Amino acid sequence: MRFYNLLLHLYPASFRAEYAGELGAVFARGRQDVRGFQAVLFWAATLFEILPDALAVHWDLLVQDVRYAARILARAPGFACTAITVAALGTGAATAAYTLIDHVLVRPLPFPEPDRLVNVWENAPAGHFSELELSPANYRDWKAAASSFSSFGVYAGLAATLTGAGEPRRILGDAFTPEIFPLLGAQPALGRVFGTEDLKESAPATVVLSYALWQEAFGGSRTALGRKIEIDGRPRTIVGVMPAGFSFPDRDAELWVPLRFAPIDFADRSNSYLHGLARLKPGISMGQAQAEMAGIAGRLARAYPKELANIGATIVRLHDDLSPRTRLLLEALMGAALCLLLIACANLANLLLARALARRGELAVRCALGAGRERLVRQMLTESLLLAVAGGLLGILIAYAAVPLFARLVPNAVASAAAPSIDIRILAFAVLLIVVTGVAFGALPALRAGHGSEQALRENTRSGGGRRERLRSALVVAEIAACVLLLVSSGLLIRALSRIRGLDPGFRPNGVLTLRTMLPFPKYDKMETRRDFYNRVLSDVRRLPGVTSTAYTSFLPMVMRGGIWHVEIAGRPQDIAQQESASARFVTPDYFVAMGIPLRVGRGITESDTAERPWVAVVSQSFVDHYWRGENPLGRHFKFNFLDHVVVGVVGDVRVRGLERASEPQVYMSYQQGANSEWSWYAPKDLVVRASGDLSALVPPLRRIVHDIDPEQPISDVQTLNDILDQETGTRSVQLRILGVFAAAAFLLAGFGIHGLLSFAVSQRSQEIGVRIALGARPAAILAMIFRRALLLAAAGVLLGSALAFAAGQSMRALLAGVSPADTLTFAAAGGLCVAMTIAGSLLPAHRAARVDPITALR
Amino acid sequence: MPAQTLSPESLLPLPPATFHILMALAAEDRHGYAIIQDVGARTNGELKLSAGTLYRSIQRMLEQGLLVETRDRPAPEEDDERRRYYRITPFGTAVARAEARRLTQLVRLARASGFVPGRA
Repeated sequence: MRFYNLLLHLYPASFRAEYAGELGAVFARGRQDVRGFQAVLFWAATLFEILPDALAVHWDLLVQDVRYAARILARAPGFACTAITVAALGTGAATAAYTLIDHVLVRPLPFPEPDRLVNVWENAPAGHFSELELSPANYRDWKAAASSFSSFGVYAGLAATLTGAGEPRRILGDAFTPEIFPLLGAQPALGRVFGTEDLKESAPATVVLSYALWQEAFGGSRTALGRKIEIDGRPRTIVGVMPAGFSFPDRDAELWVPLRFAPIDFADRSNSYLHGLARLKPGISMGQAQAEMAGIAGRLARAYPKELANIGATIVRLHDDLSPRTRLLLEALMGAALCLLLIACANLANLLLARALARRGELAVRCALGAGRERLVRQMLTESLLLAVAGGLLGILIAYAAVPLFARLVPNAVASAAAPSIDIRILAFAVLLIVVTGVAFGALPALRAGHGSEQALRENTRSGGGRRERLRSALVVAEIAACVLLLVSSGLLIRALSRIRGLDPGFRPNGVLTLRTMLPFPKYDKMETRRDFYNRVLSDVRRLPGVTSTAYTSFLPMVMRGGIWHVEIAGRPQDIAQQESASARFVTPDYFVAMGIPLRVGRGITESDTAERPWVAVVSQSFVDHYWRGENPLGRHFKFNFLDHVVVGVVGDVRVRGLERASEPQVYMSYQQGANSEWSWYAPKDLVVRASGDLSALVPPLRRIVHDIDPEQPISDVQTLNDILDQETGTRSVQLRILGVFAAAAFLLAGFGIHGLLSFAVSQRSQEIGVRIALGARPAAILAMIFRRALLLAAAGVLLGSALAFAAGQSMRALLAGVSPADTLTFAAAGGLCVAMTIAGSLLPAHRAARVDPITALR
Repeated sequence: MPAQTLSPESLLPLPPATFHILMALAAEDRHGYAIIQDVGARTNGELKLSAGTLYRSIQRMLEQGLLVETRDRPAPEEDDERRRYYRITPFGTAVARAEARRLTQLVRLARASGFVPGRA
């Protein structure tokens, strides 16, 4: 019998209270009638009856509670809407932010055993660069010596002109050694990937297409296999197609060709352009592999002291090879989302607490009429869960809308295949959030619902309990603090952005259009052919209305950040520890005018600087400051990439590596003077056009000019210099926009919170206020009382929030571009805004308090 | 009680257990165990209501206004104070009648289709 009573606990308490006696009596009667084996059967049957039955009773209650809750909430639509919106904002922001974090930081790469994939880099401990590309010679020697890797391959980027598959166009791809595809565990969808036979000098040139390119150029036809396409004028046979999900090393790669080395490639050990990728042997740790590679690099450095004195080796897990700034940015975003979620929870808890307090009368009446505490708690929980689920569903919709915006923060280089999408796990995360939030803010009021009901009934909801008041005040203080935290963080980032935007890029970006005509080789491998192309294009462009100057350059600043060559100055001791290098660009005459780069001394590049004349260089001011400070640089000679150049002019510095990074000094050379081996990469390809009026109107005539001169020449990357500058700050702008939305939402929520708390306090204290007025208190005194309360809350919140914001600012120092984490202006603005919001939130309640009619209030 | 404003038909079709309980209470007030026994006897032991099903049904029927708990108790020598007695309400009777009508209608239709042997 005792066991049976225990079983009865499966039923809800209310049901048990009502029917336990009866159930027990029925059971006892049944039990009397059976003997022996029948008794065992009787017990089994009872057990099988009770389980589904108890569930059914619970279900009945749930349906009843949901119906009741929906009815109650429908009667208070304002409350329901506010609560649902608040829950939706919190869960939506948190889900979207988590989606992104999960995509970039948590989710494993789409390759088998991704933890064993590592990037292999050269590093120069003495310099600032810890991840440098490998040279072919180093790759060959490292690979031969390393025993930590089961496989070790390299790849290099490739930008080329594709013909023979529709319109000629510029494509991005990569050259892979045969190790790369198997290393990644990648199987072709069609055909084959590269083998060692593709590396033979005599082997036919081959190419593997991405799924997207295959669909686009060949409509997904299987007959594409074996067909030929021309890449930079060289026919290649299509031997394979990769599946849709595959992309490596980034999402832009459209095709892959085998990476071959000629003997000459191994000559120069400082010719670093290869990305190393390896798979660790099972059982080999990162530490072991790192130690082995350091040893190998050390031995090579002793063998080649001149070229490799500073060069070590670094291995980094592929998944961890994310810039610290990207990581920090995502973490800041997640922090902001959690802040918002916290505010949303606090706000909801406050809403529900206030509601519970307002409904004390109703609850007390129900208690007095015999409703058990368990029923009340259950019903309140159902009500808050209903709100949370509705808010959560809406939040998921918000997350769906927000993810594409957030995704613009993800760097393109992340090897994860697809754009982030919300999946089952993230939905589970959202559901968990919903339930936790629901229980958290349902539990507080519900647990208190049964307490002191008799007293409540007596007092008939007139006064608010002091303890609960304090809890609600604490929640509002937390909201204001979180709000200040978000406001300050956004404020600091706004300051950082405006500081970066205010930096001088070194050129005048207004009114300059640029585009790229990547000349294919070997079609353009003769200097005369190229010169002819440039001169015809430039002279035609110059004749366009509005064009004031135009020129070609190897690469625009900030578009291509590398292209760094070795500098050697006769008589100057080679500083081994300090890499002597400068950024190398070949330009046509007028480049400095077209870009708006100021000429300081001497002359620019001219048409008469031909290959037969002495090779000239125009250097930037920092180059002069570094090598010939205080001397006249004109006429001085230096070796650039081991070739002699004479300085003919000095120009201002340009931020080649971007607004937020230090750049090497710059050296500009004549487009007619250079070693033949350089041209395939350094031949001028970016056209710069400075013009007055509408730049976009120039695009059609520019296209026509290029098309008339070479119909097969594709045009790409049409953009203004301002576009390029905007891209520099693009990620920041997006981040700021997101943070701004979060901060605005937090601001509004905190405002609601304060308003809600004070209005409620006023309505709870109307009796007291009535007494005060009846005793002669002036309305001004009542107003002051309410405002004092509001300002006290605001002060506490701002103080706490400022401390938190300062700590947050310290941890995101790297994103602040030199703005101090204790920036007074930002803190003052955020604090001021919060105080203003507090005052605004308390206006209505204060007004109502001052107009309390003592007679009504005391009745 | 909102249930009082409902029409009897709105509750149809009745769950079998509910209909059986109404039938058990048609003639006299009974306590829970007596209802189980009555249903068993009426169906020749084919339907044995479990205590859980019974009280869950009773709870719902009380809410729907089909039953009331009655304070009239039998003579003390037959009574057990733990027992609670239930009585069918006029609304309960109306609902039971409506259900009976519905079932009769159904049987008539079945007969017309030749599913039920007997007078054609």
